[in-house]
Amino acid sequence: MNGVERTGRARLLLRSVRPYGAKEPVDLLVDEDGRIADIGELEETDATELLHADGAVALPGFVDLHTHLREPGREDAETIESGSVAAALGGYTAVFAMANTDPVADNAVVVEHVRRRGEEVGLVEVHPVGAVTAGLGGQRLAEIGSMARSAARVRLFSDDGNCVHDPLLMRRALEYTSAFGGVVAQHAQDPGLTPGAQAHEGANAARLGLAGWPAPAEESVVARDCMLAGHTGGSLHVCHVSSAGTAEFLRWWRSRPGGGSVSAEVTPHHLLLTDELLEGYDPRYKVNPPLRTDEDVRALREALAEGVVDCVATDHAPHAEQDKDCEWSAARPGMLGLQTALSVLVHTMLRPGLLDWRDLARVLSEAPARIAGLDDQGRPLEVGEPANITLVDPHAEWTVRGEELAGTALNTPFEGMTLPARVTATISRGRVTARDGRAQPYGGVLR
Amino acid sequence: MRHLLTAEELDPDTASAVLDTADMLKSTLLGREVRKLPTLRGRTVITMFYENSTRTRVSFEVAGKWMSADVVNVSASGSSTGKGESLRDTARTLSAAGADCVILRHQASGAPQRIAEWLDPTGTRVVNAGDGMHEHPTQALLDAATLRERLGDVAGRRIGIVGDLLHSRVARSNTHLLRTLGAEVVLIAPPTLVPEGVRNWGVEVTHDLDSQLPGLDAVMALRVQAERMHGGFFPTEREYSVGYGLNAARTAKLPEHAVVLHPGPMMRGTEIAPRVADSARAAVEQQVRNGVHVRMAVLYHLLAGEENTA
Repeated sequence: MNGVERTGRARLLLRSVRPYGAKEPVDLLVDEDGRIADIGELEETDATELLHADGAVALPGFVDLHTHLREPGREDAETIESGSVAAALGGYTAVFAMANTDPVADNAVVVEHVRRRGEEVGLVEVHPVGAVTAGLGGQRLAEIGSMARSAARVRLFSDDGNCVHDPLLMRRALEYTSAFGGVVAQHAQDPGLTPGAQAHEGANAARLGLAGWPAPAEESVVARDCMLAGHTGGSLHVCHVSSAGTAEFLRWWRSRPGGGSVSAEVTPHHLLLTDELLEGYDPRYKVNPPLRTDEDVRALREALAEGVVDCVATDHAPHAEQDKDCEWSAARPGMLGLQTALSVLVHTMLRPGLLDWRDLARVLSEAPARIAGLDDQGRPLEVGEPANITLVDPHAEWTVRGEELAGTALNTPFEGMTLPARVTATISRGRVTARDGRAQPYGGVLR
Repeated sequence: MRHLLTAEELDPDTASAVLDTADMLKSTLLGREVRKLPTLRGRTVITMFYENSTRTRVSFEVAGKWMSADVVNVSASGSSTGKGESLRDTARTLSAAGADCVILRHQASGAPQRIAEWLDPTGTRVVNAGDGMHEHPTQALLDAATLRERLGDVAGRRIGIVGDLLHSRVARSNTHLLRTLGAEVVLIAPPTLVPEGVRNWGVEVTHDLDSQLPGLDAVMALRVQAERMHGGFFPTEREYSVGYGLNAARTAKLPEHAVVLHPGPMMRGTEIAPRVADSARAAVEQQVRNGVHVRMAVLYHLLAGEENTA
């Protein structure tokens, strides 16, 4: 038994899994403490639960640094419960819930509520992100320290949806969070360059008569923030990198010594979709930052493959039907992402040979866990490690239907697309939280 | 033609057919004491304007009435829209109330496309009367009708469009239609008012008006909108006028036969000098007159055309 003593009673046996896509399947035993107790060809065990995985690829449970769960405030679009279901079904064992709720998560009370609701639902670790500025107003710092010291132990701070555009305030945020190892996740968008912006500034927006969102509005803020991170010693995380220019800048910046602590994420939709889709003015394709060009898509795939961009984050943004079923400029930006991320990654990165399964474990689990400082997530599939595991059927093909996804929101940009690979089971701290398309909470019962 | 949403989607045959119908209607009505045709009797046309407009709304209304359609005008401020009704519900309500055709002006680019999708199952036709910074197809048709009258034909002619290309739906629609009809288009504006990505439009783009004038068969001045003057797109109204205003000295450099167009409303002294606007070259009132005939033709093709009888 690999010479490691079991810490508890056997509980769950996964028959025939292929860790990181290995050729030969093995069995994996999980103990009562939610840790991996044994890996190998295992005979009869005293496990109380058996899961025949049929050679599914096993990866460490996914971690999403960028999720909008909409609770409190917009429970008509998503709740912590429905978002947790989507996360479990998508293979996630931890998600970071963005602060742009109503009320804003800019104080200890709100972040503790979010954390506690996540625990009550019991499907996925819900880590609240704290706002950087009070009320996302961009004027003065939120009570960052109180949120960090609260029971929610907030480490990631973001005004996402808005950019912390005041350079002095951004500097202060980077400095202040460094006291307790916090990270500032920046939605990079210079508001002065994007008044009324509706679409990527380029040929399509020009023809469709949509106000442009020029790439330099992102690139210039990323450059400024990297320099501030280098200067202050604070930790910067760049949200949803969307342009080739940002990728190019990050490649250069991160190759230099003394660049400070900088990390970056890319969304699945920016790895696949372009502004050609705006043709019919269907607001399901409206997102911020906007869908850009083929050239940007190519550059983002390369950047992710090289590690210039560390990880994938969904920017899962559910919206109520009335906020998408309208004219383009009135529609809210954002797309569903939790249940399609893995498939989009297999389609855009794995199948073309840019990443292998071990790399997918890195970009979907290990890197985001490291960036957010989660000790129990993104761990190797080894004996003694926490049993946060996602099983994937690599041969599956499925057609995305918004109606069939969790929650009430329908705004998937992949509607009608046939995508490869599917999450067949998610195991969070040793408990099966999703299996064959159904979420199963380990604590209470889903309403 | 099921709807008229953009000038871009018009093929040469359809565009020419609409223009020919407009010519025919114009000559039919010429000299008549009672300008009324029975063609659309019993048809209901609703204009729905979410933006202020005088000439376009009136032009559609007159066009409908001259063809004996029942024309109902709805403005956004006096409707349920003011109570927060969605565009979709408003459109479906107008359709359910019996609209055979909805004529929409909306500040959101693409709004007519959305409405056309939503109303498609009902059979209600949709005409775009100007959407955001996107298109204004009937304006392009009436400009083409005017150019045909003045120049004989549009094909092979060189047409300059001067001014706020970035925000102008008139510029977009005219660029598409004039190219479809075989004209050469040259767009003229300071760089701040040229959209990123304009190179794909298959037109020449220049910042120098004066050097273009001797080679143009027509020049169209676009309105400088008041809100743009404060947007930092150019330093002052005066400087814009010096560089891009159509004044008498400039128009003197045009060939003898060249036409001056303006979609109105004109900002006299800014993009066009009063003397030019009132000169024989200028076709401003002719454009307005042709607007009625072109819109009659559009309604005819949508509501009484062959496709509609099926």
